[in-house]
Amino acid sequence: MALLDLDGVGKSYGAHRVLDGIALSVDAGQITCLIGASGCGKSTLLRCINGLDPIDDGEIRLEGETVSGRGVDLNALRRQVGIVFQSYNLFPHMSVLDNVTLAPRKALGLTAAEAETRALTLLARVGLVDKARAYPDRLSGGQQQRVAIARALAMEPKLLLLDEITSALDPELVSEVLAIVRDLKADGITLLLATHEMGFARQSADKVVFLHQGKVHEEGPPAAIFGAPREPRTQEFLKSIIAAGRL
Amino acid sequence: MLRWITLSLAACLGTIVSAFLTAGFVVGQMEQPDPGLALGLRLAAALSLALLWAPLRSLLALRSPQSARIRLADAKEWALRGIGLCVPVWLALGAEAFVSANGFAVGQTLFEPDLIRETAPMVIAAFRYNIEIFVLAEAVVLVWGLVVALARLAPGPAAAPIRFAATLYCDLFRAIPTIVAVYLIAFGLPLTGLAIFRDLSPILLAVLALALSYGAYVSEVYRAGVQSIHWSQAAASRSLGLSYLQTMRHVVVPQAVRRIVPPLLNDFISLQKDTAIVSVAGTVEAFNQAKIIAGTHFNLSAVTTVALLFILITIPQTRLADRLIERDRRRSQTGS
Repeated sequence: MALLDLDGVGKSYGAHRVLDGIALSVDAGQITCLIGASGCGKSTLLRCINGLDPIDDGEIRLEGETVSGRGVDLNALRRQVGIVFQSYNLFPHMSVLDNVTLAPRKALGLTAAEAETRALTLLARVGLVDKARAYPDRLSGGQQQRVAIARALAMEPKLLLLDEITSALDPELVSEVLAIVRDLKADGITLLLATHEMGFARQSADKVVFLHQGKVHEEGPPAAIFGAPREPRTQEFLKSIIAAGRL
Repeated sequence: MLRWITLSLAACLGTIVSAFLTAGFVVGQMEQPDPGLALGLRLAAALSLALLWAPLRSLLALRSPQSARIRLADAKEWALRGIGLCVPVWLALGAEAFVSANGFAVGQTLFEPDLIRETAPMVIAAFRYNIEIFVLAEAVVLVWGLVVALARLAPGPAAAPIRFAATLYCDLFRAIPTIVAVYLIAFGLPLTGLAIFRDLSPILLAVLALALSYGAYVSEVYRAGVQSIHWSQAAASRSLGLSYLQTMRHVVVPQAVRRIVPPLLNDFISLQKDTAIVSVAGTVEAFNQAKIIAGTHFNLSAVTTVALLFILITIPQTRLADRLIERDRRRSQTGS
């Protein structure tokens, strides 16, 4: 059974149909990459899976259990599904350590000492244990994003959603963040990414999903999607990516 | 260039002449001119001769060995400084003439030094009540304003009646003049004879009245602060499994409070001054005490003492508020 199942998921902003019947499954322990042009619905889809945006139609299931629609305990869902944002969204009034320990203490009920131990382990993992007492505005973009990853991991989520987490970074900082994402995969964490990093998707993804106009247009292993795309839309998209020198 | 220097010279000479004329006017207002004091006033007027320094520097600048462009710029700068210096001197001379006109009528009615000295201890003793009222009222308003703001921002259809009630409260108390609210609450409520209000001290009734009035304003300050925190902060917090209230408590409100310190301080300064309004309810705080003194002496100098006391406590706070605003402006400009 897949960890995450999406079934006919639809979402509109006014007259604009952002998600138009998305069907998708994410297997445990794998990296699934969502690719597609800006505005194709990648980010909205991730926000919907995390319950930050309600969906209009269809159903989202986590381990077979429905996690969308009325009456679902979103706080419980979010303890199992983490998300990292393009703009990091660290809490600027808290130190790095407090950023990472806040949710385990308040949402999971860990003691301060337990949360701190967990946070320091995770900060060591993203290579920032020496920055634990620093405030976010003292960190580079890449460091902030690594803290944001540690903050999401501190909830020990079953699924981690990464929403274009390298798009706001200077090019030389992208690799330090992507290296951590590969490590997460090695640790068996299930990852669903919206990304423009085609090189990363090609090398590291288990499955690549091409979204177009709110629909899953084509999906498959990276070799198939990047090597021999079937759909004309996918071919066109990849051609423009290659023309831009991004693949 | 000569035009500016002429103008500067004319302004300074005019001011100097005015200074001597004013000194003569003041001496003329004295019933029995004291020769020592008259000389002192003329000497003070002679200080205005220093104004000539600026136009002289301007002329000297024209003869400096610098290039023509720099010489002219320096000369103009000094000429303008001369005109600028004249302005505060004119204002001071105007005040001097105003206070001494009509045989020192203004001075004696509002600034009688002996009376101020004699009655200041009483006024200062009564000012203690003003301090008590505003310290208590500010403590209440700090909490009450946040409660009302959170009520106005409460999400969902279930909270609609709460939002409505909070909005109604804000609208009402921002519409009612503070003096009317204070009169109705601090003077009116004890008249109803209701046990709780009858037994409340006048000070606490005043605190209640001011807290209700200012709670409405301060809740708006809090609300603006909360709304100024970008929604992505709340999204990040909610995505980590924190509830709405936890998000407010740990993420949104702490950031909002840092931002609203300057406007909050402004409202507090305003509240402190409005403690004088409590006099309408009969409480003998500084203003009422001063009015009583004024009534017995047919002289308002004790009220001037009240004004001085408020100036004394307010100016450091306004300066602090200005500095905080300036700091925030710089911060938002550097974008960190």
